[in-house]
Amino acid sequence: MIDFPNFFNLPVAEGVDAAMSWMLRNMSGVFDAIGFVILLVVMAFEKIFLFIPWFIMIPLAGLAGWKLVGKWKTAISFMVMLLLVGTFGYWELAMITISLVIASVFFSLLMGIPLGIAMARNDRVENILKPILDAMQTMPSFVYLIPALMLFGMGKVPAMIATIIYAVPPVIRLTNVGIRTVDPEAVEASMAFGATPKQVLFDVQLPLAKPSIMVGINQTTMMALAMVVIGSMIGAKGLGMEVLLAINRIEVGRGFEAGLSIVFLAIIVDRITYSFSQKKEK
Amino acid sequence: MSDISNNNGPSGAQIIIKDLWKVFGRDPKRVLRKELREKSKDEIQKKTGCILAMRNINLEIQKGQFYILMGLSGSGKSTLIRNLIRLVNPTSGNITINGENITKMNHDQLLQFRRKTFGMVFQHYGLLPHLTVLDNAAYGLKVRGLPKGERYAKAMETLETVGLKGWEDYYPVSLSGGMQQRVGLARALTNEPEILLMDEPFSGLDPLIRRQMQDELVELQDKLQKTIVFVTHDLHEALKLGDRIAIMRNGELVQEGTPEEIVTKPADAYVEEFVRDASPAKVLTAGSIMEPPKVLLYAWEGPKTALTLLRSNKRNAAFVVDKNHILLGVAYDKALEKLLEEQKKPDKIPQAILKKITTTTEDTILEDLFPIIKAAPYPLPVVDEKGKLMGVVTTDQIFESISPLEGVNHD
Ligand SMILES: Nc1ncnc2c1ncn2[C@@H]1O[C@H](COP(=O)(O)OP(=O)(O)OP(=O)(O)O)[C@@H](O)[C@H]1O
Ligand SMILES: [Mg+2]
Repeated sequence: MIDFPNFFNLPVAEGVDAAMSWMLRNMSGVFDAIGFVILLVVMAFEKIFLFIPWFIMIPLAGLAGWKLVGKWKTAISFMVMLLLVGTFGYWELAMITISLVIASVFFSLLMGIPLGIAMARNDRVENILKPILDAMQTMPSFVYLIPALMLFGMGKVPAMIATIIYAVPPVIRLTNVGIRTVDPEAVEASMAFGATPKQVLFDVQLPLAKPSIMVGINQTTMMALAMVVIGSMIGAKGLGMEVLLAINRIEVGRGFEAGLSIVFLAIIVDRITYSFSQKKEK
Repeated sequence: MSDISNNNGPSGAQIIIKDLWKVFGRDPKRVLRKELREKSKDEIQKKTGCILAMRNINLEIQKGQFYILMGLSGSGKSTLIRNLIRLVNPTSGNITINGENITKMNHDQLLQFRRKTFGMVFQHYGLLPHLTVLDNAAYGLKVRGLPKGERYAKAMETLETVGLKGWEDYYPVSLSGGMQQRVGLARALTNEPEILLMDEPFSGLDPLIRRQMQDELVELQDKLQKTIVFVTHDLHEALKLGDRIAIMRNGELVQEGTPEEIVTKPADAYVEEFVRDASPAKVLTAGSIMEPPKVLLYAWEGPKTALTLLRSNKRNAAFVVDKNHILLGVAYDKALEKLLEEQKKPDKIPQAILKKITTTTEDTILEDLFPIIKAAPYPLPVVDEKGKLMGVVTTDQIFESISPLEGVNHD
């Protein structure tokens, strides 16, 4: 075998490392501020979810299943699943995990929807973002943990940063696609009446792209849930941590219960966010 | 913006299009250079990858005119109509509307101009599916920032005009195609625009609904007298609705004129192909084929002269007019003879002996004359709005003017 000549070795890894350490040295204030805001939001969600007692939360989930998904069977299955999570002894961890997911999704949408809009309105932005999004989607999820860990240390904040970045591509992509596939005559009609770009966006493009954006939100949420579980590797508390512990101690039963709880949460979250993407008949 | 004057430029036309070009693609201006601008659409596309959508268009549209744009698919009709409102920006050339060069307007001026001057109707309706019929109809006013009450009051009025009263709270999906297009029309009219732009508004509709919509549009236009620019593929629609027709091919304006000119004097083989199945009965008007009456009696000349005139022409009846050439009726020789046998001979032909008759107007198309002329025993008099006799039309004339046209393509 002939070795690849090592003078061809481009110093990519060294470059990335250098950039990271430069950022650590010079921009720590910025990262602190970002971390602070993120922590504030996630703590707020956590407070709410831990404050609501289980005997109210479970009927609330049932109500959501009935009102949003529209079937009483769904409502009952939601309630049974949450009840099971409780009986496994994972209620609190499940609420923490959900808070992390919701907070991450909140930031993903805050970033992703405007980016999707920018991408839809400007071909150049689309040309730049598209390959980046493609690359992000093929990157293994735990790769995001490393820079997050380096910039923010251990804990909730780096786990959320990794989650936000990992989960944001679908909502960007589907906001873009949704807006770009809006009936061109509807957009033209709005413009023909002298609508400003902002009016066109809010009167026509966003409302008509809504189903597509909602599919994006659904996918983003599911990815966030998956990532939050992985995020427990760098110290975010929650159901993922339980799975991790179970693996380390080779406790199959415990791992199974924690894993099942994650699946239940995933099903509930998926059905609820999916229901938003379905057109409601008036 | 209310101080914009309404002067319509030196030629008086409301819309003046001068040397208008539109090229789609990268760096479109290069197509206008000398070595390329004369080349065909296909050649330009092969050489540069750019698509020539309009080549050097010049035309004028008068206020109140119903102006038709026709041509095969891809000939640039939609591009032209969108240029008028700058939904598509011209590559070069000028468009002057109400004396203002709209190609020079900045974004804000353009928005204001669109708001107050235009209403547009689209082939696939372009309605907003998440809004009710009422909100759709009121959309133009919402864009202008009018309060809800005012918007809705106006929109209700126009919905009633287009026959959609009672449908305000429905969503567009629950309406048929024809009704959706009524909403589209109502939405355009609610703004009270000076100029209506309609891009194949009836193309998606069933033939019957389509005809009905055309009839209603004609009726509406009689009332509103807007300037209408209307794109269609359908010659019959064009002939029925249009005051003038422009025919486009590959981005060029091939011929422009009245429906009659287009049908009777097609500029080239392309236009001929277009008008091949045009029925002249639908284009030719009474005014275009009428002739002066062979014998005409003047009321003040008296019955004796009239009778002499009739006899010398071997006729038993003729039209009678007064000094201002206003048609009074038909005088029969029998009635005139009876008049002369009386003691006191009148020096004028009295109204009493004249027979009233059906008349028609100059702009009536031949097709509409058939039922009238079938019932009339004498030539059909053509009069203007004051009742003045302009000429007469006979059955023979009608058939003569229809038949030679059939062979217009065979030379
Ligand atoms: N946005 C665009 N980008 C590139 N080419 C375009 C664009 N819009 C129109 N064209 C091209 O310009 C030419 C004229 O198109 P236009 O839509 O004006 O035709 P049309 O007469 O309205 O046709 P139709 O009867 O099919 O509606 C066509 O060759 C079309 O492919
Ligand atoms: Mg078109």
